[in-house]
Amino acid sequence: MKKKTSIGRIILYGILSLYALITLIPFLWALSSSFKPLSEIVSGAITFIPENFTLDNYRQIFIEEELFPRWMFNSVFIATVGTGLNLIFNSMAGYALARLSFPGKKGLFIIILAVLMIPAQVTMIPNYLILREFGWLNSYQGMIVPSMINATFIFMMRQFFVNFPKELEEAAAIDGLSRIGTFFKVVLPLAKPALAAQAIFVFMGFWNDFMRPLIIMTDSSMYTLPLGLNTFKGQFVSYWNYIMAASMVFTLPVLVIYAFFNKYFIKGLSLTGGK
Amino acid sequence: MNRKYSRKRLQEAGQGYFFMSPTLFVLACFILGPIFYAVFLSFHNVRLLGETAFNFVGFANYERVFDDRRALIALWNTFKYVIIVVPCQTVLAIILAATLNAGMKGEKFFRIVYFLPTLTSSAVLTLIFMWMYNREGLINFGLETLGLPTYDFIGDPNIALTAIMIMNIWATAPFFMVIYLAALQDIPDSLYEAAELDGAGPIRKFWSITVPHLKPITSFVVIMGIIGTFQLFDQSYIFSGGSGGPDNSTLTVVLLIYQYAFKTLDTMGYATAIAFMLAIVILIATLLQRKFSKEENLY
Repeated sequence: MKKKTSIGRIILYGILSLYALITLIPFLWALSSSFKPLSEIVSGAITFIPENFTLDNYRQIFIEEELFPRWMFNSVFIATVGTGLNLIFNSMAGYALARLSFPGKKGLFIIILAVLMIPAQVTMIPNYLILREFGWLNSYQGMIVPSMINATFIFMMRQFFVNFPKELEEAAAIDGLSRIGTFFKVVLPLAKPALAAQAIFVFMGFWNDFMRPLIIMTDSSMYTLPLGLNTFKGQFVSYWNYIMAASMVFTLPVLVIYAFFNKYFIKGLSLTGGK
Repeated sequence: MNRKYSRKRLQEAGQGYFFMSPTLFVLACFILGPIFYAVFLSFHNVRLLGETAFNFVGFANYERVFDDRRALIALWNTFKYVIIVVPCQTVLAIILAATLNAGMKGEKFFRIVYFLPTLTSSAVLTLIFMWMYNREGLINFGLETLGLPTYDFIGDPNIALTAIMIMNIWATAPFFMVIYLAALQDIPDSLYEAAELDGAGPIRKFWSITVPHLKPITSFVVIMGIIGTFQLFDQSYIFSGGSGGPDNSTLTVVLLIYQYAFKTLDTMGYATAIAFMLAIVILIATLLQRKFSKEENLY
């Protein structure tokens, strides 16, 4: 009996390690390619440790490629501002739907639930025409404003605030804080775990988005990193060393965020998953 | 007294609208408005160059789909993709979650490693895979070493879509794995202990306890999978440089919508009609899945 379970364990570890390898190889391969000179890349030799280790690829994309730092700035700017606005506005809407009574509240809640089911492709084309009408193509606001709220997280925040203890707010009201003051000074700081989970997912949504910037940003100086990377590919058809270096630079911030907020990540997933 | 009461209610309503105002603005301008606008567009021929013009064409945009060879190819490709990728990624996710949940040491390490592809953007993943799928790339090298045939993954129309499928199953399964992991925590240990007393082995326990208990989550995972796979775009776009090639083999419905809306002239209305049809297909697939999983629950 004992022996049997230990064999089982070995098989389990075998499966787990094999899959870890399958997951890691593409990343390790990309990482190692980003430190290789082009000559080594085209030689066809398959080595994970660069023979002639070099930082030239990174130097090249940051210094020679004028637009790369700009793309990076665009991505960081759009993702951080967009995430900040989402956190405030989704929480405000969730709070109103959970706590305040106003005419049309029920209908609005149903609309927000319905919006969750509409695929983005339906609104993509009219949104392009509307942004064009506003003169917002090729602009930061064109990327940020239409996505400064998110129905999924309004719904999530509403669920959170429904279960939020009322006594704290009442105490704040007695102390003379207005509703808005209470919300920003008392309620929001206590909602930190929910906000953290939300922040990660919204940030990743902006950071990794490919289709919307592809449609909205036509001027190459307004590209975000995913678009920039894609044009890189066209421009340097066989310079995979540059492309891999740029890919690594693009992936790093998400990994750092993940390392810091790992526990909220899983929490956020089980929240959205259990619905 | 009465007046004061109504004033308080009025005040609260005002606060409610204040808190909702950003949401109301976006809903009106960029979600609900555009839906009505999309209905309008889908019945019109849209010309953007010069003076913008809308010509009413009735159902012509919807009818046109059935005469459009590329639309039928895109639909077929997307359908194949959904049918293969959704079951594969679901099964893989369940197996990974069950294996990770077996109480092994280093669970945290594996979990972090497995999650990497989900964090990484589709653009980066596609580029890394294109680099590995290269004629002289890592994957062909591996196949050669094992004595297997090598492929021109990017240039061969028979294999390009499969190459995207493999990549996406690999990239998406860990995301669903995490959802399964959370659900696995809720299965009481006593069930497994009872089964063990009855002499059930690990595979038997997996089929008789784990799988049935995960049914509601599986339903959720399959629906999310269907919605996600029907909307495949980034990977085909980057893989084929926006063309859907080689020989239309990676052309998906959303890529086709993109091409008609933004790359060809005067077909924006037609693109909107296809987008509506896609939305309806996704809705029907979701409802069907729900119906099936409910019937299964009866047994």
